[in-house]
Amino acid sequence: MNVMDKLTILTDAAKYDAACTSSGLERRGKRGRMGSTTMAGFCHSFSADGRCVTLLKVLMSNACAYDCQYCVNRRSNDVPRATFSPPELAELTIQFYRRNYIEGLFLSSAVIGSPDITTERMIQVLRLLRETYGFWGYIHAKAIPGADPMLTRQLGLLADRLSVNIELPSQHSLALLAPEKKKAGILAPMAQIRDGIAGSKEELARYRHAPRFAPAGQSTQMIIGATPESDRHILTLSQALYDKYQLKRVFYSAYIPVSDSKLLPAPRQFQPPLLREHRLYQADWLLRYYHFRAEELLDEDRPNFDERVDPKCSWALRHMEQFPVEVSRAEYEALLRVPGIGVRSARRILTARRAAPLSFDILKRLGVVLKRAQYFITCGGKMLPGLRVKEDQVLGHLAALERPALFAAVPEQLSLFDGEVGG
Amino acid sequence: MSWIPVCYEYDGTLEGFLTCVFESFAHHEEPVCFQTPHEDACTLWDTRSVNTDRRKAVRVFRSMDARLGRGASRLVYRAFLTCLEEKEVHIYRFLQYGYQRERGVMEELGHPLVSVLQKAVQHLEREAHLYTGFARFSDHRGILVGEIEPKNRVLPLIRSHFTQRYHRECFLLWDRTHQEALLYQPGQWVIVPMEELRLSAAAEEELHWRALWRRFFHTVAIEERRNPRCQNTQLPKRYRNRMTEFCRDGEGMEALPGS
Repeated sequence: MNVMDKLTILTDAAKYDAACTSSGLERRGKRGRMGSTTMAGFCHSFSADGRCVTLLKVLMSNACAYDCQYCVNRRSNDVPRATFSPPELAELTIQFYRRNYIEGLFLSSAVIGSPDITTERMIQVLRLLRETYGFWGYIHAKAIPGADPMLTRQLGLLADRLSVNIELPSQHSLALLAPEKKKAGILAPMAQIRDGIAGSKEELARYRHAPRFAPAGQSTQMIIGATPESDRHILTLSQALYDKYQLKRVFYSAYIPVSDSKLLPAPRQFQPPLLREHRLYQADWLLRYYHFRAEELLDEDRPNFDERVDPKCSWALRHMEQFPVEVSRAEYEALLRVPGIGVRSARRILTARRAAPLSFDILKRLGVVLKRAQYFITCGGKMLPGLRVKEDQVLGHLAALERPALFAAVPEQLSLFDGEVGG
Repeated sequence: MSWIPVCYEYDGTLEGFLTCVFESFAHHEEPVCFQTPHEDACTLWDTRSVNTDRRKAVRVFRSMDARLGRGASRLVYRAFLTCLEEKEVHIYRFLQYGYQRERGVMEELGHPLVSVLQKAVQHLEREAHLYTGFARFSDHRGILVGEIEPKNRVLPLIRSHFTQRYHRECFLLWDRTHQEALLYQPGQWVIVPMEELRLSAAAEEELHWRALWRRFFHTVAIEERRNPRCQNTQLPKRYRNRMTEFCRDGEGMEALPGS
């Protein structure tokens, strides 16, 4: 089998993994080395599904020993199998990197034989890249649950970011669909990686040349919509992962039917829950950058997100007693909670109001989205002139604003809005 | 006392422009338009030709951060690289306002004179950021060659990224719009004017890697999630004509004038 065929099979097998970022680490170029990494990362292209392409995302092998029902690579699935040799994969990475196609390698693998054998082969590839080719670009590696902790440690010393997939949002679903994987087996490497990162940071503070363990942190992903968990359950889980395991990111992946298993939604009528995935990402940002807690966004009476408006608008509409916010005096945290004001525009408001009194024109120039924010702010004690909307109409107006964007993101979800009165 | 409106003719460089600013304050003239020697638009105002004087330019440049607030010189330097129409007039008015108002103008983010420059600079910085990912290189006998077609002059902004990334390589990145190129060999870089770039046809091996990349790019998309509108927003079509995955061989990188 030639490299072209292997690349096709092993890309096809890896494409359902959501994580594709090259961020979290600033590493300048170095004499005799190839490459660098930056804090923000880059997108090198966007594929036909609108997702960013930044890393060469492939599997080492798709010849899996496991039989997880939701996975395209499960043992019982009849698909062509392939395995890269370490030199093939290293050469591919370097040649793509030189041409600026990619920012680095995202290496994952099906379990070949055992977790230990798989991890050893991945280490071989990374060692070849780092030591023989002097590759200094980004490497994201998947830690394989069940592998010897010593091997996971070696992997983390070569990679920039490690991830362990939590796969499904509850232990029950995991036991049902992935009998070979255990919750404890997933959380153990996660804790090991967290402690490895903390230990390495401590050593670095003392010795400048101490080895760096997963310096860009760790992430995880879970599949949404294959199992019955609520948004509240999922978001609370993410929050716990951020708090307890210091994850950099949690990725959500709308389930795409890849199996006829009776335990999963039937492939024929099933539409991937893309809008739900989108809302979860929006809420995830609120947790990480907007000082929100999962309990504020969803509760037992309201376990799922309103699909019509984003989670921040939805929260604001249920807490009208906290509005309007007076932009010329409000604190940063209060500004961040206003729909239509983001991290950047909130910071700008703080700077600009020191220099001159604010007005709605000025707010617009600062990047505030007045179409959204107008219902929730006053400026110099006044609402936006000409704004006449009753409180109960605001939801309709805000939902109408989102409709064109939703049309692009999730055409198949449009039927949701057929009964909706636009504003 | 009113200042006399004039039109300045200068050499098109930042130093030249800053000399104009110096002259304007020295002679109480208010430039209402700027011309470079290549343009021969006629104007209603008196035209005065200004000779670039490095010392005057440096004096103006150094005064900015002290008198207008931190970041003013950086804003002006970057604004001068943008494709903002009549950028010289906009920058001049910003400086005029800033010198009058003394400290604090860099905080007045909502002032029209400030925000017009900041918007333009944001556009420049965003374009530069995108090109660090979207620029494509080909291997021509061991030298990496790339071509971009930006609206703003992004080369000075993306220079350090690529010299870091390709530390041990030799490369050339040509800006077709502004006809200049960034050249690098280990330890040395330079940005020079370059009117055209002629390349020989790509070697067999180069074609092989391009084919592999195209295959990867098309395979990694999930058919059930197809979303061309989102793709267009993230990756506007104007970037695509130089990107390997959107061109066939013989188009794009090889389709240069005269080759």
